[in-house]
Amino acid sequence: MQKINRDVLIDRAISLLNSGQVSSVLGWRQGEFFYDVTPAVFTDENDIRENFVWNDFCGANFSKYLVSKTKASDGKILVFLKPCDTYSFNQLLTEHRFDREKVYVIGIPCEGMVDTGKLKAQVGDGLVSAQSTEEGLLVTTLYSDEPVNVDIKSVLAERCINCKSKKHVAYDELLGDEGQIEDSDRFDEVARIEAMSPDERFAFWQGELSRCIRCNACRDVCPACTCEKCVFDNPVSGVENKAPVNSFEEKMFHIIRAFHVAGRCTDCGECSRVCPQNIPLHLLNRKFIKDINGFYGEYQAGECVGSRAPLVDYNLEDLEASDVFEGRDTQ
Amino acid sequence: MIRKCSLTKLNDFFAAIAGDKTLYIPASDGAGGAVYKKWDSNTQYLDVLNTVKSPKDFFFPHTEDLMEFKVKGKNIELLDIRQESEDFVVFGVRPCDVKSFDILDRVFLSEPVDSYYASRREHGIIISLACSKPSETCFCTTFDIDPTEPEGDISAWKTDDALYLRANTEKGEALMALVEHLTEECDDAPVVAQKQNVKKILDKLPLAGLKLDVFGKGKTEELFDDPAWDTLSEACLGCGTCTFVCPTCQCYDIKDFDTGNGVIRYRCWDSCMFSEFTKMAHGNPRLTQKERFRQRFMHKLVYYPDNNDGLFSCVGCGRCLAKCPVSMNIAKVMKKLGGEK
Repeated sequence: MQKINRDVLIDRAISLLNSGQVSSVLGWRQGEFFYDVTPAVFTDENDIRENFVWNDFCGANFSKYLVSKTKASDGKILVFLKPCDTYSFNQLLTEHRFDREKVYVIGIPCEGMVDTGKLKAQVGDGLVSAQSTEEGLLVTTLYSDEPVNVDIKSVLAERCINCKSKKHVAYDELLGDEGQIEDSDRFDEVARIEAMSPDERFAFWQGELSRCIRCNACRDVCPACTCEKCVFDNPVSGVENKAPVNSFEEKMFHIIRAFHVAGRCTDCGECSRVCPQNIPLHLLNRKFIKDINGFYGEYQAGECVGSRAPLVDYNLEDLEASDVFEGRDTQ
Repeated sequence: MIRKCSLTKLNDFFAAIAGDKTLYIPASDGAGGAVYKKWDSNTQYLDVLNTVKSPKDFFFPHTEDLMEFKVKGKNIELLDIRQESEDFVVFGVRPCDVKSFDILDRVFLSEPVDSYYASRREHGIIISLACSKPSETCFCTTFDIDPTEPEGDISAWKTDDALYLRANTEKGEALMALVEHLTEECDDAPVVAQKQNVKKILDKLPLAGLKLDVFGKGKTEELFDDPAWDTLSEACLGCGTCTFVCPTCQCYDIKDFDTGNGVIRYRCWDSCMFSEFTKMAHGNPRLTQKERFRQRFMHKLVYYPDNNDGLFSCVGCGRCLAKCPVSMNIAKVMKKLGGEK
């Protein structure tokens, strides 16, 4: 259960809207079911009262929407950001992707978001309703006579189980108590893959990436992917591709993308959340984050605005490429 | 006439078919989803409602080589590189997905007939499977599909202990002959009972009351400029998830792959959600995601019916509801434009 109640968010949104401090509100809109919330721009008080939601299913990171929504809006936009979203927010500001003056940020604490896939795996298909309780969810389905009690920890998204920070690194106003940077086990899975033999590792990634349908959802949701025109969408680039020509090309897409966002990826985990094929794409990014930390010292993209990522910065003490190639690191 | 095969003999049933023809069945994709896999004795049938991708791949593959051009000196040789299709069987196709083949047929089998598609359709044999546990995302009944009475060459119903089979076509009859020793004539009471149970669930489905009144033939002018398109499309990421998991999306691109001494011309699925979809020599008539988003739903709910005797090109499988990264989908579009929300 989230610590801050929906009503608190709604009251702040309506008060800021009515006082004219903001002209629109970026929030989560109630869907057909309890879990299918959609990012939405609200401008109407009644609409907010009826349809604005804040619950355990509000996974979407709004930071990237600010790039297009600030351009389309003359007034200020109120945006609600969870701690992990604020890292993306700062990273986009570092890259000058939107006008900070056009945004009013309310930081909201987050207790982690539910992975609907995990929930369905546990209680079965036919989800009808869910009620948040202290410890989890009370879920009813089309096929259960009684509501099923679900332990929230067992259905949290992987990125939330391994949450790196409950601290907001950007906000104009904070609701609730500020959290801390967490002791996260997020690199454990990377270490497990590193420990594989090259053949095992190749087989692991081949198994995962062969499911890719090249829908580009990972790229389109990624707050680090804000190129006006992606090279893979540009017919004159020579590498534009709408579908896998062969498996080699398919694998290259994700690895090229991981390289492109290396040092800029905040590890928000949206890529894996949206993947229709459940490919753990975040592991590629985490591998790069782990390597950068090892080679150049700890660095968290988006922690502060204007920080220089190790890959675009130069120090006399930096490792030589050959050191990296031979596996030496600074640790 | 209905025959039954005990589930204890399910593997023998698959083996008997696979002994004669290539057989595909839903199996685990290793990541919580299902995918059609070519059957061999190690393939475990996965009893799920739907595969992540629809079975349209069997007839209209994600990518497909069409022809090859080889440059030899000053000559260009044109090669037909398609491989002769062999008969194949797809087991476990849900009623919604079976219906999607009709929708694709109207596109690919009308003049000029797409010979690549036609060949696969000719060689494909469908064993459909009635739904026993619909999901909350299901709304096939909106499009007059009966999930308890699937079409296909053979219709199948699976209960706790047996698979019930009924041949509907000559292809189906021939296939039933292959498994005759594993099946026996039977009473259809268990099938009737299952149908009744499922019908009760159908009434309880959250999308059971979805209405089509405002859509269909001749509705372009009423719907095209509806202001709701702005808000409906505002969260759309412009990815191709909905189109690529959709059983009825049929748009493709034809592209050339440079082989070094020639060209392989192939086609691959395209998506109206992609920014380059309508790029032409003069530019792009759909400049924002709103126009792309509108196109997808207008195509399914108005343009396709316009050209196909009022038939809608959605089968209510619910894949886009389950998979859209921002949870925007055809059900929400239908409710909003229909004035419900």
